[in-house]
Parts: sequence; C-alpha cells; structure tokens
Amino acid sequence: MAALDPPQAPGLSTAPTNLLSGAARLFDYWAILYKRTWKGSAISSFVTPLLYVVAMGVLLGGFIKGDPAKLDGATSYLAFVAPGMVAAQAMTTVFGEVTYPVMGMIKWNKSYFGMIASPLAVSEVILAHLGFVIFRVATTCAVFLAVMAPFGVFTSVAGVFAAFFVQLLIGAAFATPIYAFTAGLKDESAFSLVFRLGMIPLFLFSGAFFPISNLSRWMEALATVTPLWHGVDLTRMLTLGEVDWPLAAVHVAYLVTLTLAGWFWAVRRLSRRMVS
Amino acid sequence: MILARGLRKSFGDFEAVKGIDVDVRRGEAFGFLGPNGAGKSSTMRMVAAVSPVSGGELRILGMDPAVDGPSIRARVGVCPQEDTLDTELTVRDNLYVYGRYFGLPRKEVRSRVDELLEFVQLTEKSGSMVEDLSGGMKRRLTIARSLINRPDVLLLDEPTTGLDPQARHVVWDRLFRLKQQGVTLVLTTHYMDEAEQLCDRLVVMDKGVIVAEGSPLELIRAHSTREVAELRFGVGEHDAIAEKVSDLGDRVEVLPDRLLVYSEDGEEVIAKVHERGLQPAAVLVRRSTLEDVFLRLTGRTLVD
Repeated sequence: MAALDPPQAPGLSTAPTNLLSGAARLFDYWAILYKRTWKGSAISSFVTPLLYVVAMGVLLGGFIKGDPAKLDGATSYLAFVAPGMVAAQAMTTVFGEVTYPVMGMIKWNKSYFGMIASPLAVSEVILAHLGFVIFRVATTCAVFLAVMAPFGVFTSVAGVFAAFFVQLLIGAAFATPIYAFTAGLKDESAFSLVFRLGMIPLFLFSGAFFPISNLSRWMEALATVTPLWHGVDLTRMLTLGEVDWPLAAVHVAYLVTLTLAGWFWAVRRLSRRMVS
Repeated sequence: MILARGLRKSFGDFEAVKGIDVDVRRGEAFGFLGPNGAGKSSTMRMVAAVSPVSGGELRILGMDPAVDGPSIRARVGVCPQEDTLDTELTVRDNLYVYGRYFGLPRKEVRSRVDELLEFVQLTEKSGSMVEDLSGGMKRRLTIARSLINRPDVLLLDEPTTGLDPQARHVVWDRLFRLKQQGVTLVLTTHYMDEAEQLCDRLVVMDKGVIVAEGSPLELIRAHSTREVAELRFGVGEHDAIAEKVSDLGDRVEVLPDRLLVYSEDGEEVIAKVHERGLQPAAVLVRRSTLEDVFLRLTGRTLVD
C-alpha cells in the first residue's frame, strides 16, 4: 500500500487571492471537459453557418431587391442579413450553454457542490463557467464569420475583428441574466418557455432578418429595447463600415449594463441556492 | 481542531441544530452518531464552511468560517453524503481537476493523483468514466478526492450509507489506515457498528441536541449493561410478557418484534425465563452496543 504523506504545512493548498485567480483554477476542468466534447460541436458549428448563409442569404436573398437605404446601407440582402445571423448565432449559443448545462451542474450531477467544498467561492465558479460560455461563443462566431467571408459581405478587416469582439459582448449580455434565471429554477420545465417565448421571438424580430422599421410602430419600439437588436445593429454597423458612433456607444453601454446587472443577479441567486 | 460552543443552525422556522458543544482533537476519529434528521449533516456542512452558522461559536483550525471560509476549505477534506463527482470525466481527471481547485501545481497534483489512486485501489480504473464505477468505487474515489489537498481534518458524511457489506468493509479499511497515519477524522453515521469500529470518541445526537458523549466503550458502560438477552415471542405478546420478566434485568425494552432484557449475565436471564415456563420462539445473548445506548437515551432505534 502506498503510504500517504502526513498533512502538509499550510501554504501549498491555499485560498484564492481574488475572483480571477479563483476562476483560473477551474481552467483545467473546463479544458478537459471541452477536449472530451469539442468534436461533437465542431462539425455543426461549421455546417450551421454555411446552411444559413446559403438558404437565407443567397437563395432567399436572391428574391429580395431592397433599396440600400432601407437595408441600413447594405448593398445586398446577403450583406444585410449576414451580421444579423452572426449576432443571432451568438445569442442562441448562449441560450444552449446556460440553461440545461447549468441546471445539470447544480441539480443533476452536482459538480458545483464539489467545487464549492474546495476553497473556491460561488462567484469564482460562476465566472469560470461564464468564461467557458464566452469561449464557446467565440469559437462559434469565429467560424461563422470565417464561413461568410468568401461571400463578400464584409467591407473591412478591422470591421470584422471589431464585430467579432462585439459577439463576445452580446454573448456576455445574454449569458449573465439567463444564467441567473437558471440558477434559481427548481427544475427544467421552464426552459421550453424560455426558448419558445424568449429566444425564438428575439431571433425573429430583432432586426436580424429585416429592418425593424418594417415592424408596426409599437413593435419597433419594443424591438429597440431588446438586447439582440442592440447587438445586431452594432454588428451590422461594423461589417458594413457605416458606424454611427453615438448610437454605437449606446449599444455598447446597454450590453455592458445588462452583463453587469446579470452578473450580480447570478451571484446572488446561486449563492442563495447553494450556501444555506 | 474543531471547537463549537452553543452551535445552532436553523432553516426558517425549523431548528436543525439546537446549540451543541463539540471539541475535536488532533489525530482522533470523532463521530456524530444519530438517526436521519438528528442534525448531523447540518453540523458537518457548517464545519465544512459551506453553510453559515445561525448562532453560537464555531472555530475550525482556529479560524472562523464566517471570515475565513476559503482558507478553512483549503485545509479540510470533505466527503459528502451524496457523491458530487463529475460523471463526464474519467476517474483520474476527477482527482486531477479537483487538486487544481486547491491551487496545487499541475506536477504536484499528478503525483498525488497516482498516490491516491493506489491508496483507494482504483489505479486500474484510472481511465474509466465515473458513471461506469460501482457504488463502492465511487465512494472510494470521493474519499480519494477529499484527500487531494492532504487535509488536516477529513470530514465524512455518512461514508458507507448505501453500500453493500463488502464495499463497506473496504471503505472502513481505508479509513482505518488514514486514522493510523494520524489524519483527524470526523464522521457522521447512523450505523452503530461503523461508529464502534472507527471512532475514538463520539457524540450521540438526537433532534438537534447532543444526548451523550464519550468513547464507544464509555458510552456503553454508562448507559447500558454488559449483556443483552433478546427474546422473541409471538406477535402482540411482547407487552404482556415484558411485565413478567421485568425483574430479571436492569431494564426491559419492548420492540415491535422482540424484547430486550438488559443484564450483566444474559444466559442467566434466559435460564430464568425458561424456569418461569415462558417459551420464546427465539433467544439471543449478545454484548451491548451503541444501538442499546441510543435506545436507552432516546427511546427509539437508530435505523427506523
């Protein structure tokens, strides 16, 4: 039998010194988990954007001869819809990542309970998980942007890179509040409503596929307060190279505020759930 | 190592722990014995610094969990009642990632993982997925995981509940080895044999309070007789017969299926029962156990 060493002098096993150093200790966990699962998501994250671009952009877009003035300055429907689809993809990725998987770690396999029995705090556990979600948004959207590039829908390289970082912000703005919502749920039955009444209407009516000026007045007003519209509009400004700076600042401020509000709500709700 | 004074825990109106005093010393195996709902797990969760104290004083390794929770958790090992293993990871990866939560360098964690897999006899399963392990193997893996930070105190909440007898003995053997190596063990259990085998000292808990404290032997001496004669009669006869034999021992307990006569000499009790013309369907003489202590102190059995 292997003899175990006696308890060590304090110092080798320690409490994290701050939120980031605590979350960083979970890096290996998420990396190993991703290594086990990435192949399954790799093909779909390449094929999905291709299908969207061909179906919505090229085939459907072929019937649409919009006036560029009505398409936020896009020269073709494809150029108009491409940034919308990327932003919508950032959102749907987040919906997938912070509903069932989060519920699983709280309720089904209880991995979170193992984590907080270590020196890690609830906030560090959340930050690491959200970090992984943003990483998923980054890989998905990077592939999406790369797949669309040959279709000539981007006006500048800088614009594409800026649009890429905006996707991370959109991801964060959806991730924190939905994570918080999930953190307090008793079971998964609410998720189908979240998808049907939350994600799908946002997906369809936030200006990703047509200008929100096509909507009736009150619906247009409603669309301008949804996070996806802010994300879509910001992404589109960048890919089309027609940036309205004051409005862009409003979009960024909106998404940052939502991210932070969701963050505090998430920490509060999960702490309440797990530390009793 | 652990000091509690008037420690309380409430959940809304429900008081799970109603003011307990506990001292755990370095190197001992300390037990909380009691039935389900006695407040053992609530106590353990407070000691593990994952559940805030509702009242009283608690110090773990000299630290206050309300202030130094993460530092306390860095130095205790926790084996929860319900496994919280990552079912999507391999046996080895479960230990590896957990070591990283404690801020241990990668190389150090790898060497500890090998050592611990050996210790809990899971080296050959190191590449298996957790969901393919038996209940006993999962438990051993959880114990190995709780040792990854070489804790000063190892907290075990119902370590063998739900395991078959053979798996229980393997777990006991490992815990016994840890004890021999000087690891301070704190465990909760509702099995009196587990408490007797592993604990140097224990407290008996019932309904949120401590009803007795001491070594298993001290408790048995103080609260029970040396031997117990168990008499089994027909269903429904036990109450009536209890009166007829009440003078044969220090005391008589009536259980649904048998009578327990507490005495220094069980054989003598049986002989006298027969002399009085009573015909029990089955008899058994045994030594007193912690189960008898619990029955005496609370009027109830440990496992309902």
